[in-house]
Amino acid sequence: MSHPVHPGPESLQPFFNGIDALCQPQIIFGGSIAALIGGLVFRRYLVKPAVAIGITVATLAFVGLSCLNGQFLSQAQKPDNVPIWILLAMTGFVLWVSFYQAVRNDDRIRQGLRTEEHEAAEEKLHVWPYLLYIEGIVAAFAMLVLFVWSVGIEAPLEQFANIAKTPNPSKAPWYFLGLQEMLVYYDPWMAGVVLPSMIISGLVVIPYCDPNPKGVGYYTFEQRKLAITTFLFGFVALWVVMIFVGTFLRGPNWNFYGLYEEWNPHKLEQLNNVNLSEFFWQNFMGESLPKQWFAREWPGFAVILIYFTAVPMVCAGLFRKLYKSLGFVRYNILIVHALFMMALPIKMLLRWSFNLKYIVYIPEYFFNI
Amino acid sequence: MSGIGDKLRKVLDESVYQSVIWRSVFRHGFPDTDRNRTLVVLSNLFLHLHPAKLKGHAVRMRYTWCMGGLSFFMFLILTISGVFLMFYYRPTPEYAYADIIDLREGIPLGAFMRNIHRWGAHAMVIIVWLHMLRVFMTGSYKAPREFNWGVGVILLVLTLLLSFTGYLLPWDQLAIWAITVGTNMARATPFLGHEGPGASLIGYDDFAVVHPKSDVRFMLLGGSIVGPPALLRFYVLHCVFLPLVAGFLMAVHFWRIRKDGFSAPL
Ligand code: HEM
Repeated sequence: MSHPVHPGPESLQPFFNGIDALCQPQIIFGGSIAALIGGLVFRRYLVKPAVAIGITVATLAFVGLSCLNGQFLSQAQKPDNVPIWILLAMTGFVLWVSFYQAVRNDDRIRQGLRTEEHEAAEEKLHVWPYLLYIEGIVAAFAMLVLFVWSVGIEAPLEQFANIAKTPNPSKAPWYFLGLQEMLVYYDPWMAGVVLPSMIISGLVVIPYCDPNPKGVGYYTFEQRKLAITTFLFGFVALWVVMIFVGTFLRGPNWNFYGLYEEWNPHKLEQLNNVNLSEFFWQNFMGESLPKQWFAREWPGFAVILIYFTAVPMVCAGLFRKLYKSLGFVRYNILIVHALFMMALPIKMLLRWSFNLKYIVYIPEYFFNI
Repeated sequence: MSGIGDKLRKVLDESVYQSVIWRSVFRHGFPDTDRNRTLVVLSNLFLHLHPAKLKGHAVRMRYTWCMGGLSFFMFLILTISGVFLMFYYRPTPEYAYADIIDLREGIPLGAFMRNIHRWGAHAMVIIVWLHMLRVFMTGSYKAPREFNWGVGVILLVLTLLLSFTGYLLPWDQLAIWAITVGTNMARATPFLGHEGPGASLIGYDDFAVVHPKSDVRFMLLGGSIVGPPALLRFYVLHCVFLPLVAGFLMAVHFWRIRKDGFSAPL
């Protein structure tokens, strides 16, 4: 742990340092959201095979160069981090496959033609052999990959369990790192219980809250812009990116580290976060904090009340057609889930720009938001 | 070449495909006619999860990415390798870790099977996520498939829980701390966790109903720390309860795919 890691060749240090300087939560999360929106806007260029190959080569070169740095390499080649690479590569690839087809179909629709799936669906094929041979080959290929993976990389086994010896950092399994990252912004009852429940119920209600009958059975973006953008925002920016961050950029004490920055457990992070009630009473009103919790925290409650009432009303006006076709109840189910989803990026923004800790802070009842 | 092939085919035809035994197993001829190709699929328990015929778009890999089928395939591989591991593994702290070391060092194919199980589990999580992504991107969750999407979401949660409960079983530092971090959150469950909002409202004056020895985390772990009862609980959940529920829901999932019809452009 304490021996220094190899920083890599001298000539690459400015590059590594530059990237490390960019490794800040604001830049990473803001950048991924910008990249996602940019990707959707410029999808026509990105789906061109030449562009996609270019991006792939550049990414591989970047990862290759990064591996010259000891810190990056040690994290990148950890056996339990291999799935992260597979997740990133496969998510990128299947998104590309979706959009490749979506763009082509959208073009055809615009020209008054039917989609490629429409044409392919005219013909009926026997499952034997047309589907079964694909399934056979895919299963054999998957088996092969798993064999190579299992022969090549030994599943880790650490020291015997010891509840008295806390590792630093202690991380949840990789697929829950998104939740662990939320702990930075919300207390465990929100990050570990309420928000995950909202993710699950949010997924379940999707079919009931999407009134758009178009886009079944074929790839398209233009006929389902709002739905696809929202879903990808959640899946890519708020889930996959969070897993990446939790794996590679969160080190000891869950501090934020650069991609190439050595994990020094003594790194101190300034934590002078303030609560909304302190902002309101001390900075704004120039008074001292009221003792009684409701007298103290009512501004926070007011903010949350406004968030869950005014925003739905404004959105109902903005998305009139959506509101009309869903009706009052389903519209509210949809918007409440959307507001919970946005609660994370909003809290992030507030933290970064105002050092806001809690909107409502009632430690007496473990009720902090 | 073709001479040998023809001869072989003739021998097979005469002495194998016409034999009483073969014909007692397969009730149809060689699947080179439309009729027999249909019969292959319909008369075989496993193949009849498929319909006999599908629309052209549904057969292509670029449409399904094969991710649903692969999720199921991973589940099967994990079941088989998991049964192998169960022969050697005892879920108590005094044996668990030693049994894993034994698997790695002493038992033929032990390390390999453990690796298959471990990496297969990771792969399944990724594959199920991507299956969900493909169902979303093709709009296949819309009517009449809303319910099956919901079944899928539960399957996704079960996949994560299976992975999570399995993580504890090696009883090493990685295991116990990952589970400690994960289950600590349960402490904060509203009303049900002893550090959750509202928990202190349940009870009279000094008499708390929800305390560290009665809350939902205690129920999950069978104790207030990740100890021997937690290991046993996670083992039973991992090897018996969750796979049964997941298997049951997969049956529902597949049944509904057939009943709702595979998604197709209108
Ligand atoms: C253990 C997990 C799962 C298994 C084994 C599984 C298996 C499958 C299989 C084999 C198919 C056939 C088509 C295909 O391969 O795409 C399918 C279709 C489907 N799956 Fe899953 N699935 C799982 C999880 C999920 C999840 C997480 C969702 C969504 C949240 C989901 C929703 C659906 C829907 C709606 C269909 C019908 C698709 C259509 O008609 O195009 N499944 N599933």
